[in-house]
Amino acid sequence: MFGLLCMALMAGALVSPSLTPSQAQQPAPGAPATSPTASPTTGGATGPAASAFGTQGQQSGLNIVVLDPAHGGTDPGARGTGGIRESEIVLDFAVQVRRTLELQGFQVVQTRQGNENPSFDDRSATTNAQRGAVFVTLHISSTGLPGTARVYVNSDLPPVANAGGLIPWDRAQAPFLGLSKAFGDLVQGFLAQRFKGSPDTAQSASVRQLRTTAAPAIAVEVSSVTVEDRADLDRMAPGVADAIARGTAAFKPSYVVPSAPGALP
Amino acid sequence: MTPSWKYWLIGGLVVAVLAAAIYFPILRRRVKRAAKLQQQSEEQARRELTQPIPINPSDPRVKAKVFWVSDAIDSTLAPVTVELPLSNDPVLRSKQVLNTLLAGPVDAELRTLPPDASLLAFYLLPDGTAIADFSEALATSIPSGIVSEQLAVNSITRTLEANVPQVQRLKILIHGQEVETLAGHLDLAGTFVVNTKVAQEPAKPTPTPSGTDQPAAAAQTPAAGPGTLTATRTLGKLGQSESRP
Repeated sequence: MFGLLCMALMAGALVSPSLTPSQAQQPAPGAPATSPTASPTTGGATGPAASAFGTQGQQSGLNIVVLDPAHGGTDPGARGTGGIRESEIVLDFAVQVRRTLELQGFQVVQTRQGNENPSFDDRSATTNAQRGAVFVTLHISSTGLPGTARVYVNSDLPPVANAGGLIPWDRAQAPFLGLSKAFGDLVQGFLAQRFKGSPDTAQSASVRQLRTTAAPAIAVEVSSVTVEDRADLDRMAPGVADAIARGTAAFKPSYVVPSAPGALP
Repeated sequence: MTPSWKYWLIGGLVVAVLAAAIYFPILRRRVKRAAKLQQQSEEQARRELTQPIPINPSDPRVKAKVFWVSDAIDSTLAPVTVELPLSNDPVLRSKQVLNTLLAGPVDAELRTLPPDASLLAFYLLPDGTAIADFSEALATSIPSGIVSEQLAVNSITRTLEANVPQVQRLKILIHGQEVETLAGHLDLAGTFVVNTKVAQEPAKPTPTPSGTDQPAAAAQTPAAGPGTLTATRTLGKLGQSESRP
């Protein structure tokens, strides 16, 4: 049985958009199911709080980007023959992406700052507690044409019935798929301009990290750890950062932020 | 002890050291060879145990379509026609085509699944849901990444779709267990669409976000294609609590 999560609870009032990244590392106080010990499938509180937020109406103002350097800790991710580890590269990429986004006026929250490995749900909880956020998870592949980058959005998911603002945690991405595709296409377009051989539009894939994310969410995967020299990947970081920042800025006007964190768009 | 005994003793020790120096590398090689043989025989025994696919010569030889990578750089799949004696029983037939897929194409670079992976079991439920249980090597030996993991699953679902019409959706297990991802990226929690036509029939459009002025293309829900993940708990108690990757 799916657990239902009411992410429109008091989190909206308690989670300030001006969270510092270090604060955002921890589940927001009052945000349901953000604690690693609280299983997202066990359900969350429902009640008048959701409808109270529903009456506030929607506000525009995408202002937060949650950056997720994938893997970390005991999970190195993809590994190249030259000792390149995906978990380390994406952390370095995140620094560049963050800097570029902040220059564009976005607040950036990272799911990890160092060599930790939050669970998929912990990373989703960090995102789902934000209001007016988009989610970008960064990956390096083991295969593919080196020097290219692909954007993925989650594959089609069964539709979610609008049950008073409740979103099943296991399919939290479902209501955002259209928005994610629009966001992904924009970022992929900028990546294609920068990195020849990259696709023109975002691809669909069943990426685990995206499924439980209640926000426009994309995965950016850069090819690949098979490069002989790590510098080849490092040189791609500014271009990837620029494409994500420009894509986010271009997406901003079309995204009317839900009235509460995790609420249906 | 007389000096001559000393010489004999020292000489004996020198001979023993020399003999050991010569013999130890030989012994080491023999031990390594024995360990390798044992490992190979275990692997062989496991394959023999898990792949007793009876090939009935009376089965009609069919031109099966098996999906491997068409271009190692471009990472796209293409069907390769392979003439095989295929059973009419959907479970046996599925095992036969999946084992052909696992065996790989002539060009090893175009394979989608690791060479040491094997199919441990295959079940087909009355509602068209298939369960394929692969050995752990499928998860541990596959190159980690969204592209490679998606290609692996797509090659499985598209091969089944092309050859076994009874299979409508597929659940993938690793060594009998439900796992969260294939190799850190691809979601294995739910079932994958295999029969596209059946999957499209019950599909309902995703509720259009109200009050948004998103682009028209964004509001459309893409039709489920082979390899698309569907509802996560369609098989009853296959679900398990989330665990760290």
